[in-house]
Amino acid sequence: MANQVCFRNNHLENSWSLEAYQSSGGYEVLKKILSEKTPAEVLIEDIKLSNLRGRGGAGFPTGLKWSFMPRNAPGQKYIVCNSDEGEPGTCKDRDILRYNPHQLVEGMIIAGYCIGASAGYNYIRGEFWEPYSRFEGALEEARVAGLLGENILGSGFDFQLHAHLGAGAYVCGEETALLNSIEGKKGQPRFKPPFPAGFGLYGRSTTINNTESLASIPVILEKGGQWFLDQGVPNSGGEKLFSVSGHVNRPGNFEVPLGMPFSELLEMAGGVRDGHQLKAVIPGGSSTPVIPGEQMMEVNMDYDSIAAAGSMLGAGSVIVMDETTCMSRVLERLSYFYYEESCGQCTPCREGTGWLYRVLQRIEAGNGSAADLDLLDNVASNIEGNTICALGDAAAMPVRSFLKHYRDEFQYHIDHKQCMVKSDW
Amino acid sequence: MSAELISDTSRADIDRWVNKYPAEQKQSAVMAALRIVQDQNGGHLTQELMDAVAGYLQMPAINVYEVATFYSMYEHKPQGKHKLCVCTNISCMLRNSKQVVDHLEDKLGIGFGEITEDGLFSLKEVECLGACVNAPVMQVGEHYHEHLDPEKIDKLLDELRKEG
Ligand SMILES: Cc1cc2nc3c(=O)[nH]c(=O)nc-3n(C[C@H](O)[C@H](O)[C@H](O)COP(=O)(O)O)c2cc1C
Ligand code: FES
Repeated sequence: MANQVCFRNNHLENSWSLEAYQSSGGYEVLKKILSEKTPAEVLIEDIKLSNLRGRGGAGFPTGLKWSFMPRNAPGQKYIVCNSDEGEPGTCKDRDILRYNPHQLVEGMIIAGYCIGASAGYNYIRGEFWEPYSRFEGALEEARVAGLLGENILGSGFDFQLHAHLGAGAYVCGEETALLNSIEGKKGQPRFKPPFPAGFGLYGRSTTINNTESLASIPVILEKGGQWFLDQGVPNSGGEKLFSVSGHVNRPGNFEVPLGMPFSELLEMAGGVRDGHQLKAVIPGGSSTPVIPGEQMMEVNMDYDSIAAAGSMLGAGSVIVMDETTCMSRVLERLSYFYYEESCGQCTPCREGTGWLYRVLQRIEAGNGSAADLDLLDNVASNIEGNTICALGDAAAMPVRSFLKHYRDEFQYHIDHKQCMVKSDW
Repeated sequence: MSAELISDTSRADIDRWVNKYPAEQKQSAVMAALRIVQDQNGGHLTQELMDAVAGYLQMPAINVYEVATFYSMYEHKPQGKHKLCVCTNISCMLRNSKQVVDHLEDKLGIGFGEITEDGLFSLKEVECLGACVNAPVMQVGEHYHEHLDPEKIDKLLDELRKEG
């Protein structure tokens, strides 16, 4: 099976309209919850059972996260959706916003009900104007239909939901930087603790979830946590969106059961581009460690299998590279990205990402020296674990893994001042 | 002080954003306000405009400057009428974004960070646009142009020139 959760409506005409969404049962879960006044604890238990793990990259169980919220404490609480989608290789949330925005709206209203929040924001990256417009359109339709706003469907439950537009900053995908950004500040991450459940948006208790996590909620509650769990494998419930990009014949977003063999997913994407062989795969977005192709062909696409292979499922952003790929060139580009996007708050990240980039740049340019590979390892290890947020680790992990698996290619660059592979791109 | 620099249309638009946030959190609208006045000004911000935003949202100017210099979509120098933002990050690179860049540079006679003499185009290198499965990708205004190749680029440049 495929396309059962976030992509279940994509085949419908004008799938983003309220009419299309309701034609496949949309907002029925919300109506049922509000009319039966289902206790939040019951809903959270079902989400725990489903084993939905955060789709933003860290894989934290969503049900557990919601149970941390002091739902009955007085005062304003918030649910915040993370549609910043900036991790290179990742482009799934964009399609949820474009093709199924109402399912996200319904998921956020239900999340608000579960955690005791009467307001929410969806943080959408500034470049996503078209997806943002679709989302705003869905909000307007929902308001007019009485599904959003004050006293929803006469139930007495109020929920206000708004979109916030970013303006270009990868680090704003980090949840506390994102909160600062909504507050109208620079997007710099906060120290944790306190965690957002205690001190979040405007200092209020807040839960932050990824777009795909929240859009999965209505389907989980409609079909049951057990059903969702059964779609995947035990520690990885459900179907998940995978963005397969790079050297494949048919790049695309695929919603498939977790635990699917990588080889099958690759087949869905049309296989490695014609006439070429698989060299390497980054399985979860640019921050996750690279895995050599032959090893990847034995791996299943679930959290535990990918962890056992030494990497991470991350956001499900599968970047496929064939034999024409120069690993030095790719890593140089990635290290430029982290250098460019470091917010500059922590010294190890601000200085370290600059070092990584400059050293990789000189290796790629044919000016590397014998000591440079050890230097890269050293700089990476000085960043890891020493920063306020995980952007530092995200910069260090690719360096570590590229050197681990492809050290000889970097050495060749240093020794011969040129590339080992021939590339047509 | 210089709040009158903000046009009536821009004010109405900014007010719509202010209304999304709690009454005492006007500053939350600063990102939208900067975008709106940048558009009003043809694509870049000036000190006067940033000060006007500070005045309008009743926040310290320094906090507006901080935001305006932190995020990559705010510009502080004049841009072309059409700002071509080309992604060269990993998925686009693997699908030959280099050819896109070379072709644009060749056709327009400018490099990244430059404007054509007629003021019509500027070229900007950007990070992953979140459309990787449709690589190579470029953003122009509100729109993404995907699966780019030289023919598509030529066609697009023609269309944009016609728009003026
Ligand atoms: C540098 C950095 C960038 C991130 N970018 C995103 C992002 O674009 N989208 C996202 O959902 N999570 C992103 N995250 C993860 C979030 O901090 C957070 O874990 C997530 O939004 C929680 O939602 P989930 O539990 O539903 O996955 C990022 C984290 C870091 C450190
Ligand atoms: S890498 Fe170019 S859009 Fe993601």
